[in-house]
Parts: sequence; structure tokens; C-alpha cells
Amino acid sequence: MTTRIVELRQGILKKNDELARVLRQKFTSAGVLVLNLVSSPGTGKTAFLERTLRELLAHGGRPAALVGDLETDNDARRLAASGAPVRQINTHGICHLDAEMIERHLTGWEGVELGGLDYLFIENVGNLVCPSSYDLGEKIRVALLSVTEGEDKPLKYPTLFNSADAAVITKMDIAEPCGFDRELALRNINEIRPGIRIFETSSKTGAGMEEWLAYLQEMRKL
Amino acid sequence: MHELSIVSSVVDSVTESAAAYPGARVLEVRLRVGALASVVVDSLEFCWGIATEGTSIEGAKLVVKTVPVVVWCEPCGKASELEGVQSFRCPLCGELTIDVRQGRELEIESIEIDEAGEAGKAGEAEGIGKTEGAEVPR
Repeated sequence: MTTRIVELRQGILKKNDELARVLRQKFTSAGVLVLNLVSSPGTGKTAFLERTLRELLAHGGRPAALVGDLETDNDARRLAASGAPVRQINTHGICHLDAEMIERHLTGWEGVELGGLDYLFIENVGNLVCPSSYDLGEKIRVALLSVTEGEDKPLKYPTLFNSADAAVITKMDIAEPCGFDRELALRNINEIRPGIRIFETSSKTGAGMEEWLAYLQEMRKL
Repeated sequence: MHELSIVSSVVDSVTESAAAYPGARVLEVRLRVGALASVVVDSLEFCWGIATEGTSIEGAKLVVKTVPVVVWCEPCGKASELEGVQSFRCPLCGELTIDVRQGRELEIESIEIDEAGEAGKAGEAEGIGKTEGAEVPR
């Protein structure tokens, strides 16, 4: 037996990372701000995105959304009611979106050219673990959590929160009856991702949306 | 639970790399997985058998080395290892830091191959000595 060690030192997700880099360049040169929205199932990503799309359209913005789910196009139909172009990505059992799925769904998207968009939102599959490993070429990764989920969620899922660029707390309108400890939640987010921008929102009342929209505009100009 | 996808990517890459050594058998595949990689080592090991079955690397052993998180602290001017991932504070001064220098790794470090492979079994029986390749320090 003649054994030998062959050094490889290559990223396991090299193919995904390379494609994500290509997508990122494409998004930058098209002038579209791309955001990857990640949360548990039930946090209210779709409601938050729906409100965001409506408000951006009302302010003359040109948003679009790709929405990932294991099955059904329910979310895409719900979001399309806002008037923005929306395309569903069904992963058929896969627990996360990857760069290849994004590339495939950007191709042949009727009526949508990247150059004609200001914002592209990617609503990831509801999951706080797996999506954190996959770069989609986004500029901003947004971690969402709702007031019903427990203030220690950032501590339980540090990888996602640590790799996020912005955090959104949803359902603030029911914070009080839920006994949500706001200070503790903010402190926990900050412990995992110091200095991150945090938006306290309600898709129902519209609280915090103004600040969120201002942030989007600001990030698009960068 | 994306460990099966991760392991499948490993199998693809290793199969590809091993193809450069015709007739060789892959004995071991060594991974480096960061504490912040969101990957469960037990699940990787569990999926390994399933993912390698029927491939050219079937029977190879999977060895996973976990890599702790290392952060850089600006005020201290030092890099330190974190004990956990519940708080991103410099263990020396307690200051919060966003500068993660290590711990996100998800990579194939190396593979160990038997160059004689199947074809070399006869030679092995005849007492041809074993030469162990030296591991290059990182």
C-alpha cells in the first residue's frame, strides 16, 4: 500500500460561492439592491415583504421578489397582489435556496429585466439554519424574528444572526400581550452581531416601515 | 438539515480530484468545519455512508476537524479564540467585536489515497513497504 495525502483546501460550497460572486457583480452593474430575507417559518416574512413592496411601489420604486418555499405558489400569488413582479421558487423538499436556483429563476422571468429594477427581494425558505451557508449574491442579508418567538432566538441561531447585515423584529403590535422583552431581544441580537441595524416593525400597523424604507434607499445609493 | 447536500458536494469534489490518480483508492477525506458553519458533524457522518455508496470513493473514512471561532479585537490588537458562539466579545477585554477571523470554514482540507489501490493489493501481499505521505502543516 502506497498512501499519500493530497492537499485540496477547497470550499465545499465552492460552486455556489463562485456563482454567487457572478450574480453579485451582475446585480451591482444593473444597479439593483438585492436582499435575502431569512427567518423561521411563521415569523411573518411574507406579510413584511408584502407591506414593503406596496410601500416601495407607492413611493415610485421598482421592486420585485423571488419567493422560496418547499411547495405551493401561495406566497407568490399573495405578494403579486401588491402589483410588483413576483416569481415563486419551489425547492421540493430542499431546506434552503442556493445561487443556482436564483440564477435559473432570473432567466426567462417575463417582463423583468434586472436593469429595470431598484430592489430585488429574495424570500428564503423558512429556516434559520441551512440558508446561512448559502450565498445568493445578495448585498444585504436580513434576519427576521417575531415577538412570539422568544428573545433568545439570536443566541440559539448565532450563525445566521452573525452573518446578517440587518435585523427586523416583526409583529411589534402584539409585543405587549406576548410579554416580549424588547431590551433583552435587542441585547441578544447585539451580542451576536454587534452594531447591526435593527428595525422594530409591524406589518399590520406599519410601525417601523418608514425607517426601513429609508434604510433601503440609503443602501441602494451605496 | 442540509448536511446531505453538503456531503454530496464533498463526494462530487473528491471524486473529481481523485480522478487525477487513476487506480488509486481514497482512504480518508478530511474536512474542516467552523463552529459558525451551521453544520452538525454527527449528521455529516451519518450521511457519509449513504452519499458515498456506489461511488468510486465508497468505503473512504470521513474525518471532521472542527475549527473554533477566532475574533480580532481592535482595542487589544489581538486575535483570540472564543469558547462558544453565544457572545462575540473579546475574551481579554470584554469588548464586542464583529471581526470574525476564523470559524466559518466549510472546506475539504485533504484526502488520503492509496496510490496502488485495488491493483496494488498483490504487491502489498508481497511485502512492499508502506510510504506515508507527510502532512503539510497549515
